[in-house]
Amino acid sequence: MKIAIASGKGGTGKTTVSTNLSAFLAENQSVVLTDLDVEEPNSGLFLSGKLIHAEDKFKVIPEWKKEDCTLCGKCQEVCNFNAVMKLGKMIMVFPELCHGCYACSELCPTNALPMIPKKMGELKHYKLSNIDFIESKLIIGEEQAVPLIKQTIQYVDKNFSNDAIKIFDSPPGTSCPVIEATKGADLVLLVTEPTLFGLNDLKLAVETMNILNKKMGVIINRFGLGDQNVEKYCKENNIEIVAKIPNMRKIAELYSSGKLIYSEIEEVKKEFEKIKDFIFKNNPEESK
Amino acid sequence: MKILFTAKGTEWNSKIDPRFGRTEYFFIYDEETDKIETFDNKAIENDAHGAGPKTAQKMTEFKVNVLITGNGPGGNANTVIKQLGMKVYVGAGDMTIKEAYEAYKNNQLKEF
Repeated sequence: MKIAIASGKGGTGKTTVSTNLSAFLAENQSVVLTDLDVEEPNSGLFLSGKLIHAEDKFKVIPEWKKEDCTLCGKCQEVCNFNAVMKLGKMIMVFPELCHGCYACSELCPTNALPMIPKKMGELKHYKLSNIDFIESKLIIGEEQAVPLIKQTIQYVDKNFSNDAIKIFDSPPGTSCPVIEATKGADLVLLVTEPTLFGLNDLKLAVETMNILNKKMGVIINRFGLGDQNVEKYCKENNIEIVAKIPNMRKIAELYSSGKLIYSEIEEVKKEFEKIKDFIFKNNPEESK
Repeated sequence: MKILFTAKGTEWNSKIDPRFGRTEYFFIYDEETDKIETFDNKAIENDAHGAGPKTAQKMTEFKVNVLITGNGPGGNANTVIKQLGMKVYVGAGDMTIKEAYEAYKNNQLKEF
């Protein structure tokens, strides 16, 4: 089963939920936790294990072969991202803008734009007792998260069957990286906070997940802060509030020293039990 | 010298558009012929990616020697501009085109 931990707003507690939920579930079964926030992965700050595998990840970009080019300009016509551009007597390629779609390369009448692999990031796979932890990280200067997110999910799918509980710590927002990270999920848990910003971005996230037709639940973090409008919104829109993690100084203290919270605070553990129940209630494998 | 200003309008009193890639207009002044040309670049709004190089490419059609703008072009646009061997002056973001031109003439703009 695939569970994506997402949010509209950044900093609501996706990583806190992902790491604690993984550790909590791992008390009874094996869990695969994947950090898909490849621009700034941070789940690894809370879990330390043995590195069992590492690999470089590549995207493909076109490389201009001057001697084969007739300067017809077809390549720049078909590029949706202005990544290939005819400039006087030369074709310029902007690797950071390229989405690796092959259009320019395939449609070039003289094969003057062969696709060449270019390193975009690294994937690392750690093992700690019952948890397989996978994280990918873009190298500095790389702008595009989507290809790395896609390849990271492929790695997880190749190495683990869907019987395993797979938790995906997703990037924030509602743009392409979030779509890529959540589109294959069986269940999406949206982490929010009970503030004006939290609600505004939760609404955007809910709209996005509705378009993707996802089953979802909401986790309110820092509960007790702000107002009741997140709860009101969830009720009005029939979205289940799965858990409410209290706003406590102790949590912030544990978090800032890189520690898990569920095992230290009883009332937090209870909330993670609720999340666990919600997951099993919605597990497509169980209901078969 | 043929000078291109990134601008929010098409008059000497229009403001400089501090952005390069997503500038609303080009305002081009040819010092030799005293002629002005303008170009409406607003269609760039439809491009989610690569506004910088696309605008830079458009700029090449006007065969200018000098670019005067606000913040300065980003990395991709600058790659194009370097190919063209133009002079780029920045820091005119809060000026009108006329003020920016005078500042340029008095060597008060920073070369990018």
